[in-house]
Amino acid sequence: MALKTKTSTRIGVTALGWSIALWLFFPIFWMILTSFKSEVQAISTPPKLFFMPTLSSYGEVFERASYWHFALNTVIVSVGATAIAVVLAVPAAYSMAFLPSKRTRGILLWMLSTRMLPPVGVLVPIYLLARNTHLLDTCTGLAVVDMLTNLPIIVWMLYTFFREVPAPILEAGRMDGATRWQEMTMVLLPLALPGIASTALLSLILCWNEAFWSLNLTSSHAAPLTAFIASFSSPEGLFFGKLSAASTLAVAPILVFGWISQKQLVRGLTFGAVK
Amino acid sequence: MQAVLEHSPSAGATAPNQTKTGGKRTGLLLLSPSVLLLLAWSLVPFVMTLWYSTQNYNLVDPTLHGFAGIDNYRYLLTDPDFLHSLLNTFVLVAGVLLISVGGGTLLAVLYDQEFFGRGIARILVISPFFIMPTVSALLWKNLMLHPIYGVYSAMMRAVGLTPIDWLARFPLLTIMMIVAWEWLPFAVLILLTAVQSLDGEQREAARMDGAGPIARFRYIILPHLGRAISVVVMIETIYLLTIFAEISVTTAGGPGVASTNLAYLIYSRALLQFDVGGASAGGVIAIIFANIVAIFLVRAVARNLEA
Repeated sequence: MALKTKTSTRIGVTALGWSIALWLFFPIFWMILTSFKSEVQAISTPPKLFFMPTLSSYGEVFERASYWHFALNTVIVSVGATAIAVVLAVPAAYSMAFLPSKRTRGILLWMLSTRMLPPVGVLVPIYLLARNTHLLDTCTGLAVVDMLTNLPIIVWMLYTFFREVPAPILEAGRMDGATRWQEMTMVLLPLALPGIASTALLSLILCWNEAFWSLNLTSSHAAPLTAFIASFSSPEGLFFGKLSAASTLAVAPILVFGWISQKQLVRGLTFGAVK
Repeated sequence: MQAVLEHSPSAGATAPNQTKTGGKRTGLLLLSPSVLLLLAWSLVPFVMTLWYSTQNYNLVDPTLHGFAGIDNYRYLLTDPDFLHSLLNTFVLVAGVLLISVGGGTLLAVLYDQEFFGRGIARILVISPFFIMPTVSALLWKNLMLHPIYGVYSAMMRAVGLTPIDWLARFPLLTIMMIVAWEWLPFAVLILLTAVQSLDGEQREAARMDGAGPIARFRYIILPHLGRAISVVVMIETIYLLTIFAEISVTTAGGPGVASTNLAYLIYSRALLQFDVGGASAGGVIAIIFANIVAIFLVRAVARNLEA
């Protein structure tokens, strides 16, 4: 901004910007705060802002449910689903970006339309298929489903990133005798790495927070953090301290991860819509 | 999306020295794993759903079996719960879209302004996007809106009002607010990037010419946001059509079916009442419904992106 804004406007903007930010963030702040309260402090009226912090809620959560078991499932499923999806999507996006045919655009639109398939519409068959193949309540089963639901978006994002790689660079590689495989792994991938990273980031976040399939396809063995939290929603959920501690534990990794990677993430999320 | 439409496939990057058929075959080969998997993923369950929807099939009542014809559909379509849930689905999608796109646009303009601590404020604003739906639902239901212990209730008491049991009194509206809280940050994230990509000189020129803030917003910023808004609407709609966790955790669709959307109705039929036939009929209808929305969306978005 080259022109000087009036001081009063500047103060107004600062106040407004901060009040809205704090208001939107407040529930998360309050959750973290409550997680350090004792159960009595957590339901005191009026609510306390200042208190002696205690770790008792965390202690009880760890005692009651094996957090690490759920967290490990979430990590396995999210990372697994993302990795497989990216491995499948890279060649597909490469083919669309560098070996396009008349049908490329149609295939892309069709892929995205499969993403609009409401999961609940196919809940019954998927549930029965998973049960009959003994994939119900396994990390593999959930990872496969998560992978398939995210695949279209991943192909699409990688495609937009690959389009930004100038074709002559790839051609030069081929002139030097590179095979397709070498072209893809040694020329394209290093160039498109930032794009692949932000695609993987988004996929990780979506898998981490995915609730529908994880609640319906797992029960105990492969239950991820979404299920861990749902188990605190019972009447026991009224123990605000424990509820907050469990919630904080479930979201903290992905929240911190999101904060660190937000710049990278924006690149991926905008689908080339913002130039 | 833009890339798809801007670079028509024929204006391709195919190497000139390469035989056409060879490239085509390689292209097909590389594409096929993803395409085949997605084909199976979208067709097999759909065909199965279609089949179950014509059967009398209840998981707890094995005596009930055989061909049902269109009975499941007739039963469902004449069920007032079904129409109600369809309406709720629509209200939820439209309401959240309105709040997140409208609010997101205004906030994007706000956070585009230079101010003290803007970077931190932005991070705070986008944070709810990273919170899993089950957690945000529990958080709002208990810590924020609980009629006795919730913070909002305490605030209302502090200013002399009687706290409201939001989820019991206005279940659908409250769920809409919770979902909007989750998706507003997403809209801000994308729209802010779009606003920032706006040419600074153009804005400066408009200002020199005496355009006020409202005129600048209306004639310079808003037209520039068209594309980004399309992307937000498209992605959010995909997720909003199938809101599930928020309803399951807060109201379980109640009271009655006051906050039941189509996704939750099918869920309660299938997994709570074990009525596979009826749930499948609901599933088929949900798929058709989503496809109609998808066709309109893809068209609208494609047109907007081509412009």
